[in-house]
Order: sequence, then C-alpha cells, then structure tokens
Amino acid sequence: MDGLKVRDLHVSFDGFQAVDGVDLDVAPGDIRFLIGPNGAGKTTLVDAVTGLVKATGSVHFGDKELLGRPVHQIARMGVGRTFQTATVFEELTVLQNLDIAAGAARRPWTLLRRRKAIPAVVTDALETINLTTQRDQLAGTLAHGQKQWLEIGMLLVQDVPLLLLDEPVAGMSHDERDATGALLGVVSRDRTVVVIEHDMDFMRSFARTVTVLHAGKVLSEGSVAQVQADPRVQEVYLGQGTRDA
Amino acid sequence: MTSTVERPVSAPPAASRRRFVSKAPLRAGAGLAAAAVLLFAVAPVALSDFRLSLLAKYLCFAMVAVGIGLAWGRGGLLTLGQGVFFGLGGYAMAMHMKLADAGPGQMPDFMLLYGQLDALPWWWAPFRSPYFALPATVLLPMLVAFLLGSLVFRRRVRGAYFAILSQALAAALAIFLIGQQGTTGGTNGLTDFQGFFGYDLDDPVNQRMVYFIVAGSLLALLLIARQLIKSRYGELLVAVRDSEERVRFLGYNPANVKLVAYVVAAGMAGLAGALFVPAVGIINPALIGIVPSIEFVIGVAVGGRATLLGPVIGAVAVAWARTTLSEEFPAAWTYLQGLLFVLVVAFLPGGLASVYRLLKERRHGRA
Amino acid sequence: MTVIVSQLFTGVSIGAVLLLIALGLSLTFGQMGVINMAHGEFIMAGAYTVYVLQKVITGAGWSLLIALPIAFAVAGAMGVLLEFLLIRRLYARPLDTLLVTWGVSLILQQAARDIFGAPNVQTRAPDALTGNIRITDDLVLSNNRLFILALAALAVVALTVVLRFTSLGRRIRAVVQNRDLAAVSGIPTGRVDRLTFFIGSGLAGVAGVALTLLGPIGPTMGTNVIIDAFLVVVAGGIGHLKGSVIVAFALGTLQSLIEYSTTVSVAKVLVFVAIVAFLQWRPQGLFTLRTRSMA
Repeated sequence: MDGLKVRDLHVSFDGFQAVDGVDLDVAPGDIRFLIGPNGAGKTTLVDAVTGLVKATGSVHFGDKELLGRPVHQIARMGVGRTFQTATVFEELTVLQNLDIAAGAARRPWTLLRRRKAIPAVVTDALETINLTTQRDQLAGTLAHGQKQWLEIGMLLVQDVPLLLLDEPVAGMSHDERDATGALLGVVSRDRTVVVIEHDMDFMRSFARTVTVLHAGKVLSEGSVAQVQADPRVQEVYLGQGTRDA
Repeated sequence: MTSTVERPVSAPPAASRRRFVSKAPLRAGAGLAAAAVLLFAVAPVALSDFRLSLLAKYLCFAMVAVGIGLAWGRGGLLTLGQGVFFGLGGYAMAMHMKLADAGPGQMPDFMLLYGQLDALPWWWAPFRSPYFALPATVLLPMLVAFLLGSLVFRRRVRGAYFAILSQALAAALAIFLIGQQGTTGGTNGLTDFQGFFGYDLDDPVNQRMVYFIVAGSLLALLLIARQLIKSRYGELLVAVRDSEERVRFLGYNPANVKLVAYVVAAGMAGLAGALFVPAVGIINPALIGIVPSIEFVIGVAVGGRATLLGPVIGAVAVAWARTTLSEEFPAAWTYLQGLLFVLVVAFLPGGLASVYRLLKERRHGRA
Repeated sequence: MTVIVSQLFTGVSIGAVLLLIALGLSLTFGQMGVINMAHGEFIMAGAYTVYVLQKVITGAGWSLLIALPIAFAVAGAMGVLLEFLLIRRLYARPLDTLLVTWGVSLILQQAARDIFGAPNVQTRAPDALTGNIRITDDLVLSNNRLFILALAALAVVALTVVLRFTSLGRRIRAVVQNRDLAAVSGIPTGRVDRLTFFIGSGLAGVAGVALTLLGPIGPTMGTNVIIDAFLVVVAGGIGHLKGSVIVAFALGTLQSLIEYSTTVSVAKVLVFVAIVAFLQWRPQGLFTLRTRSMA
C-alpha cells in the first residue's frame, strides 16, 4: 500500500490562489479528513491531485508523480474519487454502472463483445452496497442515498488503493449516514482514504487523522482531539463551527 | 458559464428517461428479421423497377442514418457533417467508375470537355484500380474522421463546439469541390456513368442487382451497429454521453470511446455514398454540403435517435415524403420539413420510436 | 508594400463584416449558451428591411439610416418571439436547440421566398457610400467598407457600454454567471433572457443592413454566413466579447491573405484547418473563465 505526499501545491484561478502552498502527507492505510470553511480549497486540492485542474508543486502517490498527467491515467495509477453530488450513469442499469467501473483495464476486444457473465467483484459489490434486487434498474431511478452507495460500489470494483471522497454523507438522513459510514468502513480496509466532510459527528466517528485547511493553506493537522484543541482552528470556525466541533 | 454548452445531450426528465435504454435491443432482433423480409422478399416483388431504384436511394440515406444513430443517439456526438464522409465515399466510387468508363489510359469525359487539363491529375490515378478504389470508399472517410476526431476529442472539444466544427467541415468541402471545376466536375459533380464493374447500368436487371447490394449492405451495417450497441463498448458509449468526466475518473479515455463511434459512423456514411453513385447515378457538392448533412440528422431525429431501427425508418420516411411532396408542392415541403424538425426535436425527442411507448404509458395512466 | 497594406485593409473589412454578424451570436451563444441557427435568417430579415424601406423612402441614404433601428427592432422582435415560443423550453438541451432553430431557419427562408421571390434582389446604396478614398495610387479604400468598419466599431462600443455600465448589463452578466443565485436575488431571469435575446437578435438585423452594401440579398444569405459567425464565437471563447473581436479580425486578415495567394475555395479549407489547429492550442477559445467545479 502507498501513501500520498503533496509538496508546495499551488492552484490559481485567474490570479486567485485557491490552493496556496499546501504540504500534505497521508500515510499508507490512513483515513484522513480534510475540513475547513467553505472556500478553504478542499475540493480544489482533490481536483488537483486527480488531474482535473492544473497545479504546480508535486503530488506523489507511492513513488509516482501525479501532477501533469491526464485524469484517466491518474485513475489507472490507482486514484479513485467521488463527487459532492453523486455522479452515476443515470441511463444505465446498476449492473452496467458497476461493470464499467470494473473494466478500465479491459482489452478493446473484450469491450466489443457482450457481457457473458457477471464478474465476481460486481456480484460481491452488489451485495455489499445492498442493491442486488435493484441490479437491473436504471441508476437514474434510484433514491439519493442509493446513488451514493452505487458510487461507493463503483469505487469498490474499481479497486484502487487511494480513495478521495468529496462529502460522501452530505444531504443524507441519519439512517443513510450510518449505513454509508459502515460501507466506508468496508471500503477503507487496506486502502488509503482522504475524505472531505463538513459533518463533524461523522468525522469524529470515522477519522484517524485530520487536516484543517483555511484560505488555501494548511492551518492545523493531527488527531481529532489535537485539531479540536487547536485555538487557531476554533478561531476559524468561530460562530459557525465551534458549537459543532 | 461553460456548463450549458459543454454538457452532452442532457438527461431528459425522469418521466421520459426510459426511452433511451429500454428493452429495445430485444425487440430489435424481431425488427431486424422483419426488415430483412421487407427488403428482400416484399419490396422486390411489390415495387416497380422505378420505385425499387428510388428505394435503393432511400436505403443509402438510411445507411448514413445508422451511423448517426450510433454516434449521436448513443454517443451524444451531434455530427452535422456526415455529408463529408458520404461525399468522400461517393466521389471515390464515382472517380473509379469514370475512369473505368473512359477505358485504360484515357481521361474521364468531363475533363476533356472542360479542357483545362493535359493529363490525369496524380490523385486520380490510383482510383483506376478497383482494389484501391473500393476499400478507399470506406477507409478514406474513416481516415478523415480519425484525424479530425482525434484532434478535437483529445482536446475535449465537444457538444455544440463539435457540432459546429463538423458542420464547418461540410461547408468547406462543398465549397472546395465547387471551386475545383476542372478536376472534380465542380457544381455538376460526377455523373453520366455507363457501367458498374462491367455491368451496364441502363439495364433494369443490373439496377435490381444494385438494389440488392444496397439492401444487403444496410442489413450488414445494422448488424454491426447492433453488436456495438449491445456490447460493453455500447454501454461505455452511453456512459460517456451522459457523464464524460465520470468515465475519465474510472480510468478510461473518453476521447477513444467517442473516436470509435465517430470513425465507424464515417465508414458507414462512406459506404452509403459509394453505393449511392451506382444506385442514383450522380454525386455532386449539393449532396454533401451543410443542408444535406443536416437533413441526414432530421431522419434520425424523426425515427428515434437512440434506437437501432428508428433512424432507418425515419430516414426512409423523410426521403419518401420529400420525393412525394417536393415535386408537386416544393414550398409546402420546405415548411413541413422545418415544422417536422421543430416539433419532433422539441416535443418528441425520442422520435417515432417512442410514440408506441408513450401511447402505452398513457393507456396505463388511464386504467 | 502597398499590396500588403491593401490586403490588410481587405482583411480588416472582411473582419468587420464577420464581427457584425458574430456580435449578436456572442451574446446569445456566448453569454446564454443558446445555439440559434436561425440567427442567419434574422440577418436576412435585417437586409430585407432595407429592401422594403426603399420601396417607401426613395432617398437611399435616408432609407439606410432609418433601416438601422427598424432592422434592429424587427430582428429583435423575431428573436424574442423565438425565445418565448421555443428556446426557453430547451435551455437544458443545447444540442436540441440547435436542431429546432435550424427547422425555424428553414421555415423563415421559405417564407422569404414566398414573400420576396426566390431570386436575389439588389438594394440601392447611397451615393456617399459608392465612392472610394484614394490614399495612394495602389491603395484605394472603398467608402462602404469604411462605413461597415465604423458600424462594427460602434456596435461593439455600444454593446460594451450596455453590458458594463447599465443595470440591464449587470443583470445579464449576473444571470450568465449564476442563474440560480440571480433568481433568488430577485432578478427576473426569464425577462433578462428575453432582453438578451432581443439585443443579440437585433444586432443580427443591423448586420443584415450592412450586408446590403456588399451585394445582392436573398433567402439563403443567412445560411452562407452563419457558419463563419459561429466559428468566430467558438474560437473567440464564449462569454467574452473581446475574444470575438480579436478572432473576427484575425480570421478576416487570414482569409484575405490566403485568398490573395490562392483561391477562395482553397481559403475556406485552410481557414477551417487553421481553426482546428487553433483549438488544439486553446480548446475553449481565446478567452475562458477558469472555474473550480467540473461543470
């Protein structure tokens, strides 16, 4: 298993520094939460790591440099991600969604043929995300929470060692959130995980380490307790976050 | 702000969502069989020689439509320049037939007529050989599509940008051909063919043979399209249409996925153009510019862009309506064509293929 | 030397025409993301406005000047009608908008044929615009081209002022940048859309008036210019007026230089190749807004 090493990362939008010199070390097997107020640069950081926006500095996953590569190559090097709003292929069935996620390494010849049998990883994932009965239903007809689970299922079959999750429980009911937490527990076994999240309860029950971003810079880093005790963090969250945190 | 333009054909509202996937492939097996019976058993018996050769012409348009259905309906690539590939295939075949008519070592009649040239242009020469010309009718369009497609898809030029570029290519090619009167026949194009690989084209028996070649080719293209749609590639293509970025984050390069659909559609249009020439007896810039290119798309939209047989039915229906109406009421036909486009695309995006399902849903709703 | 200068002037004047026909599009396509293929027919409507006015007003100069605001209003009204009847139902489906408006353009062309006849017609140019200005023996600038250049400049300045300094302009930009936020801030987005469409389509009418100075007008004149206009906006980058301005003049100059050394038909192909090559370098056009989310 590999860790993620970010050095002096800068992203600017028309002169505005969205990420301004971030250093970040995520150890292999860690579950790291990225928190911070809106506009702190959390999503932009993830965008930069996954190749969606241009950045300067360096991002190493294991011993491989990620910066400067196209998105699909970074994905093939073992980096998976989700988005704030669940993006599944709405006009394909649950099964087809998972099958596509499992198949990035397929040879062209395999692609041109029909699916004869359901791959074992897909069957397993269907059970894990509890969508076996919805297998042949179009993903667009799923409930919001189910879509989120399907997306996690896609990460499962994609079988990447590094996961970047952008607000996986945003907008979920309490029950859905618990179920998602359990799912993420399964997914994060033997993987390195980075989670962007606003939900402080969720963070406390799930995070191993936390990094606080503010105005594009790292403000604080450590265990949940260390970060909560940090006066600078309390200052940033004053008014909105302290009651939560 | 770029979002409105970059998004691929966006997801229709939930109520109409089913039309795009549905169980169409299952029914399409029966539909294909029915189409084969109609084309090979019914039409040749029921139609006069004249009607049958008209049908051959419509079926050539239908071949283009199969490709558009794949690229646009399944892949979201609104290609408004299929006339380019139709034209490349058509001109490749026409050049060969002109040279074959002229005889060994001779120049085509129109070149002698215009008298601008002393010798055959170098790029005409290889088309004398059928072993070059025949593959070229399909491979040349595919090559052009490959070059343009790999340039624009790799740089993520998509949606409306792609549509406009493909249309600009059609305009550029038509204007270019018109300008090269001496070597391409200019506005008149290439026409007055006598023979098709040694068979006299004036002989009705040989015209029937051409019809059967066209019908057989159409069926072959439908089988290819069906295989592509039902394969894992077909699912991936729909995924790229609906969320290109997501596909990229799964480790695929969407540019390659689109490129395959675009190149295959170009090859289909090329074959259609090549067979159009013996079937109809002419190829000229008016058949490949902006207007015919967009008319190919009308047929597909009317029939049902995301189904297998919808584009074929739509293309034949629109071409038939044009022939029937435009001779007697040219003005009325243009109004009708415009109106058809507006109404179908705006209010019935699934085309005729979705009517049956909509009716069924309505009946269910009442019951 | 004078050859180059005179080719440059030709290029600039081609660019001015391109700019005039693309300016309205840079508003409707560039700002609103609507692909209106009937834009060419709005240009045609502007041109026929001159033709009709000259039946009533005999003075060619006056008729041209009066035609400018009337053509703006006629084409603008057609645009608003189109937006109200069709386009606003299709904002979520940009590619379908393209096809629907192409159907509309077919209908408008046929209507022009039925009303004015299929053959092209000629309008009278005012005497003041038929002459030339002779700089040197080799360098002759024609008055009508200079007039079009001035008209294009005026249109760009007017549009910039409206967008930058009026409350309508601020509303248009607000709706473009964040429709939902604009809506909850109390901006009537539907009305702003219609006004934007009115101005964009009206500019097409003005372009149509200008085109009457360059040659005969006819039912298919819109089809002949619409592709070039779209290419200008695509290469200029959407949402940026200055991109369209720069690209229009660059393309005009390129075209005139290529036409000088080869033929018109070869120039068309080479300009297309140049645009594809340019998009390799700048796939989003000359100017883009960089934003965070994946759109």
